[in-house]
Amino acid sequence: MSVAIPNVPARTSRRRGILTSRKGRVGFAILLALIAIAAFAPLIAPHDPNAIDAARILAPPDLAHPFGSDALGRDVLSRVIYAYRVSLGVAVGSTLLAFLFGVPLGLYAGYHGGWVDTLIMRPIDMVLALPALLLAVALIAIIGPGSDVALLAIAVIYLPILARVVRSSTLVVASQTYVEAARARGTPSRRIITRHVLPNAIGPAIVQATILMGFALQIEAALSFLGLGAQPPTSSLGVMLADGRDFLTQAPWIEIFPGVAIAITVLAFNFFGDGLRTRLDPRGVAR
Amino acid sequence: MSDAILTLEHVDVGFDTDDGSVSAVSDVSLSVAAGEIFGLVGESGCGKTTLAMATMGLLPVSATVSGSVRFQGRELVGLPPEDLRRLRGDRISMVFQDPMTSLDPAFPIGEQIAETITAHRDVQRSHARDRALALLADVGIPEPERRYGDAPHRLSGGMRQRVVIATALANEPALMLADEPTTALDVTIQSQILDLLRDLRQRLRTTIVLITHDLGVIAQLCDRVGVMYAGQLVEIATVSEIFRAPRHPYTQALLAALPTQHQEPGSLRVIPGRVPNLIAPPPGCRFASRCPHVMDVCTIVPPLAHESADHLIACWLSEATREAGRPTGAATGGAA
Repeated sequence: MSVAIPNVPARTSRRRGILTSRKGRVGFAILLALIAIAAFAPLIAPHDPNAIDAARILAPPDLAHPFGSDALGRDVLSRVIYAYRVSLGVAVGSTLLAFLFGVPLGLYAGYHGGWVDTLIMRPIDMVLALPALLLAVALIAIIGPGSDVALLAIAVIYLPILARVVRSSTLVVASQTYVEAARARGTPSRRIITRHVLPNAIGPAIVQATILMGFALQIEAALSFLGLGAQPPTSSLGVMLADGRDFLTQAPWIEIFPGVAIAITVLAFNFFGDGLRTRLDPRGVAR
Repeated sequence: MSDAILTLEHVDVGFDTDDGSVSAVSDVSLSVAAGEIFGLVGESGCGKTTLAMATMGLLPVSATVSGSVRFQGRELVGLPPEDLRRLRGDRISMVFQDPMTSLDPAFPIGEQIAETITAHRDVQRSHARDRALALLADVGIPEPERRYGDAPHRLSGGMRQRVVIATALANEPALMLADEPTTALDVTIQSQILDLLRDLRQRLRTTIVLITHDLGVIAQLCDRVGVMYAGQLVEIATVSEIFRAPRHPYTQALLAALPTQHQEPGSLRVIPGRVPNLIAPPPGCRFASRCPHVMDVCTIVPPLAHESADHLIACWLSEATREAGRPTGAATGGAA
């Protein structure tokens, strides 16, 4: 009658605290710091990120400019901080957008099944079949470059992934006895979906979204590197990487610091996602 | 029966599967009187639960139901889904077998009860909450105020089943279908839950259909009992009658299989043979292949007939069945 999957409920585990794993705590701490840096960029950045200083062209790191200066003599640290703000915004925004639309789609497809499932999931599968970056480039080719378009493109890439994850966990939850019991109590199906299925099925999608956010930063950087993301004067980490690549041998600091920022962010999101998985998705623990 | 609250007539339930159509319930007719506790007994897979689900309109789309299910005079088969939803949890409620899985793990127990009320009554949340607290107290949950916000995993199995029963009683239903309500519980808790059901019936006059494979539970709680085998209803009688003078060979074999105090250890009696495959069930009586009294006529479905006022049996051994089967028997047999 019931599926023999141990059911660790989302709500109660939250009460005991998400951050029981060390990895999760480390990831969470780094993320908090990174978000603070992005949020308070004007307060933290030591210099104007766009101030050109002819005397400091390709100057190596020193005390006043710990990350050195770029080809126009701009302070790399300040530029990384401001660029990070744009990159993180695109990464988080795109994932949230995909989450906002992907979760309801997967939920309804999984709960109703049959032709509703087919109608929702077949187009999503088609999007999923296309190579992610190619899809993003094609979209940008249609709409035109810009960080908001990059955000949209990443959301389009992520929506099918999140919809699939939610659909599969919904299939498991919808067959549980407590959902049938809710039906037997005469609970309207809309309420069953929002109050009984969603809270029990959302866990894996939250984990997936967290990890996807880290990779969104990478995709954004790739698009910007190709000149398809943020446009000057706006800078993002990818733009910085593109700008610095001609000076890699003379002034590697222009490349290294934005690269490190990307790496740390992806790592932090992954750690945090793993920590969440341990709490929210009992099947992930056994893996 | 004039005071019948639930009447099933010629109910058939089939499931479409990849291997063909499974006949899970075949030509079941029975009637439950208001205020009684009617037991439905039979082994696993005999169609007890399917029958309850058909009554509730909760079968999956792969199931086809034919025949008539009348509740308080209203036909339920073919009723629009929204009308059925309004009945469920309000006039008819259900208690599931396993309280470990029938409560939402991410939902406070009190709110599961309150939700049942607000799904059917246009009442204030605070009113639903008060009612839920009263129900929790009613089914014997200590300190309901403190327990209201608890997640199900904080309660023991017996306590959870009390919550499930409170949920089923939330809107004072006329009929409660209890599907193996004690099977997942240990013996002590089992008897507590049975006491609770008996007590609730006395106080609230709720009609209960109790589905179980446990004849002991039937003996303790029920007024009348229907015996099912492989989707067919083979005998209906009062509980005392069933235990004193079972008439159908299957009922007799079932009772004979009950262990007694004087029995030698390790010598449980079994019914030889096995349950027929319900994808292509044999024509006629489905117990025929295991029946010690099998006759040629058993390939024709025996009609359920009154042996006495409150004892019905579907077996060609019975004079009543032969009487009932005579005029139309050949036609029925041909169809089966």
